[in-house]
Amino acid sequence: MSDTLLSVRNLGKAYRDYGSEWRRFASWLGVAVSVRSEQWVLRGLSFDVAPGESIGIVGQNGAGKSTLLKLITGTMRASEGSVRVGGRIAAILELGMGFDPDLTGRENVYHAAGLMGFARAAISAAMTDIESFAEIGEYFDEPVRTYSSGMQMRVAFSVATAFRPDILIVDEALSVGDAYFQHKCFKRIREFREQGTTLLIVSHDSSAVQSLCDRALLLENGNLVKDGEPAAVMDLYNALIAERENSSVSVTSHASGREQTISGTGEARVEDVVLLNTQGEPVEFVDVGQPVTLRIRVAAHADIPRLVLGYMIKDRLGQAVFGTNTHHTHQELEEVRPGQRIEFRINFPMNFGPGSYSISTALVSTETHLVNNYEWRDLALVFNVSNLSRQVFVGSAWVPPQIEVASA
Amino acid sequence: MNDMLAAVWSYRHFIVSSVKNDLRSRFARSKLGALWMILQPLAQVAIYSLVLSRIMAAKLPGIDSRYGYVIYLMAGMIAWALFSEVLTRSLTMFVDNGNLMKKIVFPRVCLPLVTTGSALVNNFLLLLASAGVFALIGHPPSWSMLWLPVLVGVNLVFALGVGLVLGVLNVFVRDIAQVMTVVLQLLFWLTPIVYMPTILPVQLQKILAFNPMYHLAADFQSVILYGKAPGLLGLVVIGGASLVLLAFALILFRRAAPEMVDVL
Repeated sequence: MSDTLLSVRNLGKAYRDYGSEWRRFASWLGVAVSVRSEQWVLRGLSFDVAPGESIGIVGQNGAGKSTLLKLITGTMRASEGSVRVGGRIAAILELGMGFDPDLTGRENVYHAAGLMGFARAAISAAMTDIESFAEIGEYFDEPVRTYSSGMQMRVAFSVATAFRPDILIVDEALSVGDAYFQHKCFKRIREFREQGTTLLIVSHDSSAVQSLCDRALLLENGNLVKDGEPAAVMDLYNALIAERENSSVSVTSHASGREQTISGTGEARVEDVVLLNTQGEPVEFVDVGQPVTLRIRVAAHADIPRLVLGYMIKDRLGQAVFGTNTHHTHQELEEVRPGQRIEFRINFPMNFGPGSYSISTALVSTETHLVNNYEWRDLALVFNVSNLSRQVFVGSAWVPPQIEVASA
Repeated sequence: MNDMLAAVWSYRHFIVSSVKNDLRSRFARSKLGALWMILQPLAQVAIYSLVLSRIMAAKLPGIDSRYGYVIYLMAGMIAWALFSEVLTRSLTMFVDNGNLMKKIVFPRVCLPLVTTGSALVNNFLLLLASAGVFALIGHPPSWSMLWLPVLVGVNLVFALGVGLVLGVLNVFVRDIAQVMTVVLQLLFWLTPIVYMPTILPVQLQKILAFNPMYHLAADFQSVILYGKAPGLLGLVVIGGASLVLLAFALILFRRAAPEMVDVL
């Protein structure tokens, strides 16, 4: 990498317990004191970020995501290692932080932008943009306490992104607010990205990570367990969520060159997944709109009181296109015996746009994979859809239109 | 220290607007607004003078004005109001702004400066109001009042030094703020504000002389009521010691700042 914007080296953060606060005070005065215990919440992180890259940071609660962000923004000091930042950072962590409810939106904008280190003249110059982006009309000059939470979030986002930063940190804050404004936010974030802003996005939402990021970092118990392509990282993340006692997670290289994650406790396993055409022949290339059958064969290896099969069809970027399970279709199986084999035949028309798709399967006991995860298999099958017989269209869904044209 | 000053300079607008916002939001939804800033101490003066003026008025040596005691009270109150406001607000300053410190990067030194600025404005308004009262009761301003900026400065440095040290420690040991409310009340009565030191036994006066506020209050009373210069030696000693204390407080603050965020 020729020039790095953000360089993290062997970063670690520990909370220290001195036993007594007096010993902590003494340590500031230069007295050597022994630390009674150290709790490492983050350790040994190293990665580089180039200008213009966008990176998703994922991990379970307590994995160390927010600590990492605080160390990068500089609100928290590292216990070991270093963070080098070559530009201005803006963070959309907690929107509306530092807003005074008794001041108007405009006054709060001055205050919040001042807190970010901008001079009054610069803020005044940007004020029209901020006001028009927030789109809250007359309310802009009313006290913030009269705002709805959505309005407050609009103003907060407008200030936070009024000046294009070199690094923009986005937390899940973006899930707040109405759909219209969310689209506007994402549009602005994309524009920043095109202009060379590096994004650091923390989210549990795999579609947000996969549509905005070109790289993802997975944190687990304060360690960086994976740094790579978003789809592969999200698969491993989903597997880690499902990981329970006795279950195993294995990552193997799939024939397509992508990484396949299989996890679960193993009471039931998928033996075979195949896509069949109307003649019952296995197919790998499917025409748009062609009726197909997804055949999944499952073998049970233990007594299973309740078995649900779920499947998810994902696009090339790993974003969900369609998924459901036999719990939602009220076809769950009960009292499955060891050695029993079950065949599921899922018939549907391939109403997808051209492209490459993958199917993930899940064998679980309820509608989520968090209670009993017998097996979770990513990239169980990869197939391609090509448009052989329909008019030209773009997108991932085939929604046949009836267009009426009349001169009016 | 230089980068601290540079940071303060680049955040000067923010500090000024924070002081404004602080004053404005404190009285935002009250009808009388900023008037409350001076009404409260004035009401206190009124109460004390109502209760005590008969007893105390006779004890003021060399003052024959009927309102001598009121002026005496107000002079002491001006000194005390600044000291106690800076101290109490510094004590909880970091705890109150904990969320801000955890989430947003800005020079931490802005916080004490905003507190100081807001307290200074407050005190200035109180001084103005007092001047108005003095004019009403026929107490003309004297040249010795030119000492006031110096006295306010020393008072401020002293209060900020103590407040900053205790404010930093309070982040880690929250009992300090609780203890200080009691200590401050005690200190108020150990400072000759509502009474004259001369009514105390000599032994007690010697002990009270260890209280820096004893001297500062006396200095305010000298320049405002008696039209005399303050006790220079005491002022220099307290001023010097306060500067050393403030420097120590700033060093402590810098060392402690990274760990403060961890426990807030």
